[in-house]
Amino acid sequence: MATVETRDIRKLFGDVKAVDGVDLLVKEGEFLVFLGPSGCGKTTLLRMIAGLETQTSGDILIGGQVVNDLPPRARKIAMVFQSYALYPHMTVYRNIAFPLKAQGFPGDQIPQKVEWAASTFGIGKLLHRKPRELSGGERQRVALARAVVREPSVFLLDEPLSNLDAKLRTSARDELQQFQRRIGTTTIYVTHDQVEAMGLGDRIAVMSGGKVRQLGSPQEVYNEPADTFVAGFLGSPPMNLFERDDYIAGFRPETFLPVGLHDTSEPLVTLWAKIHRVEHLGADRLLYGTMRDTFPNEKVIINIPFTVEMQITPGEVYEFAVKEKDIKFFDRSTGLRTEPRRFWEKRS
Amino acid sequence: MSKGMYKAKAWGAKGGNFGILAAFIAFAAFPFYWMLMTMFKETRDLMNPNHNPYLYHMRPTLEHVRVLFFDTLYLQWLWNTAFVGFLVVLITLITAIPAGYSLARLTGKTGERLGIGIFLTYLVPPTILFIPLSKVISSLGLQDSLYSLVLVYPSFTIPFCTWLLMGFFKVIPKDIEEAAMIDGHSRLGAFLKVVMPMSIAGVLTVIIFTFTLVMQEFVYGLTFITASSRFTVSVGVPTFLVRGDVYFWGSLMGACFIASVPIAILYNLFVDRFIAGFTVGAIK
Repeated sequence: MATVETRDIRKLFGDVKAVDGVDLLVKEGEFLVFLGPSGCGKTTLLRMIAGLETQTSGDILIGGQVVNDLPPRARKIAMVFQSYALYPHMTVYRNIAFPLKAQGFPGDQIPQKVEWAASTFGIGKLLHRKPRELSGGERQRVALARAVVREPSVFLLDEPLSNLDAKLRTSARDELQQFQRRIGTTTIYVTHDQVEAMGLGDRIAVMSGGKVRQLGSPQEVYNEPADTFVAGFLGSPPMNLFERDDYIAGFRPETFLPVGLHDTSEPLVTLWAKIHRVEHLGADRLLYGTMRDTFPNEKVIINIPFTVEMQITPGEVYEFAVKEKDIKFFDRSTGLRTEPRRFWEKRS
Repeated sequence: MSKGMYKAKAWGAKGGNFGILAAFIAFAAFPFYWMLMTMFKETRDLMNPNHNPYLYHMRPTLEHVRVLFFDTLYLQWLWNTAFVGFLVVLITLITAIPAGYSLARLTGKTGERLGIGIFLTYLVPPTILFIPLSKVISSLGLQDSLYSLVLVYPSFTIPFCTWLLMGFFKVIPKDIEEAAMIDGHSRLGAFLKVVMPMSIAGVLTVIIFTFTLVMQEFVYGLTFITASSRFTVSVGVPTFLVRGDVYFWGSLMGACFIASVPIAILYNLFVDRFIAGFTVGAIK
């Protein structure tokens, strides 16, 4: 186990700033997720921590030691690639034994270690097979077993679930988290999938344009977004944002409900919206519409749980309400969070 | 269309496929058949215009094979060819493997242009190069030595094989190499333990191809070597079995057959990989 720290780390590819000054401290045993759209620099950052990419400037520390000049093999890390990167010409057994042999592990202890790693991921019966004879889920387990077998101090995972089908991904996510909790190894996980990030991470670093936009627990980044990027990136559908004068106001689609459905003990803001289209998505009903009065003609998406049986007809105008505390405000020029503006009081 | 017509059409398509396949097989195998026939044919049988050239009209004979093995230095030439071939293969592998790997991993335009540049040197024909190269050979004191060929042949085997190996290395995902580097190897270690075992097909292709090029080379062999005991097959056979305007057809065909069959078999074993090696670089 070890901490991982980056100090003002930068990476330039020509003129492109792939990573632009990232300061991070991953605590011992923590599960940290780098979340962001493709091209935001999250994979480059991970590869710099692994030593596969050299930073243009800044320091990387693993376990308190500066590792800038150490090659990947000397950093006591293990990495699982998006493609799993199994060695196709070796059996599962030899794949898992490979890091042990490479590091000069005593030969007589190798079989025991391999079997331990294989049984941890339930692939003990596949040891004699070649990677091409395995399913996607089995390959992913082999990649994890290969990463675990030499008990590294840090795990680096680069979108390890993205090649699995949706159903398998859910169970693999659950297993991965349980496993990480059990062995307690510091883990950095890269993904563009917010559901994975929210479900797995102790903390999430939301990245965009090579910078960390917000670092916090899943609840923090979802409920208290630090800027309009985070607000717009997290959530499906994302937060509704309305530009006005010098500020931007926003609320999540699921907090904006027909006026009668709210618990009345908290102060509410009521707004009118005309609904154009209704989508039934099973557990949710999505309403697409445009706002009236305060934010005229601004588009809005509303998410109502299927348990609400209220009839909604496209073309009609309805009165909706959102709790005051659920409205977030951002500076219009910087996009950063600001104090509440209480626009609803000016109106009345 | 009725069920019967579909059935008839399916049979027709099958017959068509079979016909095309048979035509190609006949085309490819015909030279071997003719060589083998002629090898054991009496010269009088061969030369008679009234005889069908593809069949025996007189008893087959071993005379031509005897001439080939006992009246010429054919075995010595085979040995010379194998000797030169072995050394050229070795030099080509030692040079082309690191070169191909570097070009495959050099990202951007530089690697691509360098690769094309190296390939272009392959296109300069020996008929242009043999005069300047003979100067090089004589200043090194290698005239009439098999080592002159060992020195000169890599000038066309290396460019082509570098290009070929570049294609093979390019399809090996970088991830796999990086995984090996994280698992405890240096870049060289990752190359030897992971990339090389995955590129065996490419290396075999290079060996076969280099050997074929060495076997069929004529111009350098003819100009740099004078003693008949140091000829390669491709020079010795036409020099000794074509005397004036007399062609020793039976022995000539025998010499070609014996030299070409092993190569043909090897090609057939690796033809898929061979074509893959040519095309991978082109698509991706």
